[in-house]
Amino acid sequence: MSPEMIRLIAASTGETLYMVAVSALLGTLFGLPLGVFLATSGKGELYAAPWVNRVLGAVVNAARSTPFIILVVAIIPFTRLIAGTSIGTNAAIVPLTVAATPFIARLIESAIREVDQGLIEAARAFGATPLQIVLKVLIPEALPGIALGLTLAVVSLIGYSAMVGAVGGGGLGDLGIRYGYQRFMPDMMIAVVVVLIVLVQLVQSIGDRLARRLNKRIRHA
Amino acid sequence: MNASLGYLGDQPVRRLVPVEPIVRLEKVSKIFAGRDGSPVTALGEIDLSVQQGSILGIIGRSGAGKSTLIRLVNGLEKPSSGRVIVDGADIAALPEKSLRHARRSIGMIFQHFNLLSSRTAAQNIALPLEVAGYDKAAIKTRVDELLALVGLSDKRNRYPSELSGGQKQRVGIARALATKPKVLLSDEATSALDPETTRSILDLLARINAELGLTIVLITHEMAVIRSIAREVAVIEGGRIVEQGDVFDVFTRPQHEVTRSFLADEAGRALPPYVASRLQAEPVAGGQAVIRIGFRGPHATDPVLARLARDLSIEANILAGSVDEIAGRPCGTIVIGVPVASLTATLNFLTQYGLDTEVLGHVA
Repeated sequence: MSPEMIRLIAASTGETLYMVAVSALLGTLFGLPLGVFLATSGKGELYAAPWVNRVLGAVVNAARSTPFIILVVAIIPFTRLIAGTSIGTNAAIVPLTVAATPFIARLIESAIREVDQGLIEAARAFGATPLQIVLKVLIPEALPGIALGLTLAVVSLIGYSAMVGAVGGGGLGDLGIRYGYQRFMPDMMIAVVVVLIVLVQLVQSIGDRLARRLNKRIRHA
Repeated sequence: MNASLGYLGDQPVRRLVPVEPIVRLEKVSKIFAGRDGSPVTALGEIDLSVQQGSILGIIGRSGAGKSTLIRLVNGLEKPSSGRVIVDGADIAALPEKSLRHARRSIGMIFQHFNLLSSRTAAQNIALPLEVAGYDKAAIKTRVDELLALVGLSDKRNRYPSELSGGQKQRVGIARALATKPKVLLSDEATSALDPETTRSILDLLARINAELGLTIVLITHEMAVIRSIAREVAVIEGGRIVEQGDVFDVFTRPQHEVTRSFLADEAGRALPPYVASRLQAEPVAGGQAVIRIGFRGPHATDPVLARLARDLSIEANILAGSVDEIAGRPCGTIVIGVPVASLTATLNFLTQYGLDTEVLGHVA
């Protein structure tokens, strides 16, 4: 493998990491409150607003059922509005974030729904406000589940980020398609896939370890 | 103080004016919408009051409405009608913010403890204080006091998963007491614990009641819990209170069928199977009548059966029995068999002594 190839792979890996990190961060920023709201706004819940819950749920489902590659193309005007362009790594962050937000929201919703209802009752019984219940009870108790969910989201984003390569987004996917596929360089294709596999493994094992550290429900020897 | 009561000397002077109870439920009903939309009455016209410093036990089968009842006291459930007065405030009518404030003076403990798994024992106890806006130093002082009170100072940094059931409930109790409540609500707090741990938790609650003067309202399905710490008892069935009063009176003279069935398993009340299986309603020629005798108060330890034999030459057959103490007063139950011919004489004799009698039936 030539030094030029290695340089290309390194640069593309950097781009992928950049896209994934920024979109995961933004996705969590938007997805966390959305997920918390979805988990607490059902009938009879802390922030009961069943109608808003239903509408938001439908929007989230719609966003999640749109195939990513179609989403990328469909929101190009929006991407231009935000990023000023629809090509390149920064532009790719926009559709990645748009896809990550509802996904992360659902993951956080389900992690919060796992929290024992008895804890909410106990917190209400000692006079906690709904916000205090969210911040001091629900999120800390759901943290192991949230960590696992975010790990899953980052792994998915690594996959998505390779897909935005197809529409000029840069990163490892872009490299694989332009060199590996269009220029018939099977070794480049293999190298890209290997790097992606390593990245996913790394993210997954860090996430698992973090979730285990956060989980106090299991006795640690 | 009433001067005429001065002769009581060092005994506490009884107040003649009834004190406003700390918890009072007035004609409280709770109606839920059922599955098919028709209303289901969970609680109907409940009247209940608890004096400051007392321990009220509410006993009922599952589904009797006791869970809903105890949740009315701290406003976790709202009544459909009626008033719930705690420490002078109508809990059901308070706006959300004042209700949250009022809840700081009503602690609650739960069957499954409801501790945060992500917080240590000390951090769990600190939570209500954080919520109430105490500063760090005050929280630390209070948490230390509470850990000492429940005997868990050495477990302060343990997570709930590292504690036994009894220890978890002690943390639960400490957390409930954090904001110095006037009333403690106990929702089946010992139902998930083994008998020995139950004993130690009940002892702790009794101690807190005595030392801190804390009023306790507890719900349970176990008569043994009521017997060991409650002073007042209310029996609930089908959303209504069917019997209530002093624990000693209710235990020794149960009026309602449900109360009797709760007491049936108590030692000395249950008939041995060989008697129960042969019991019949009609007298049997040459057979025996089976009588349950309840001993209460001063006659509980009198040797009445010996006197029955000596004075009337009636020989009683002891079939079951126990002598015990309820709420600090001696009481007992024995089940005897006497010849049918001597039944009336025996009953008269026992009634003379002020004993409660109940003819259960006849055996051959």
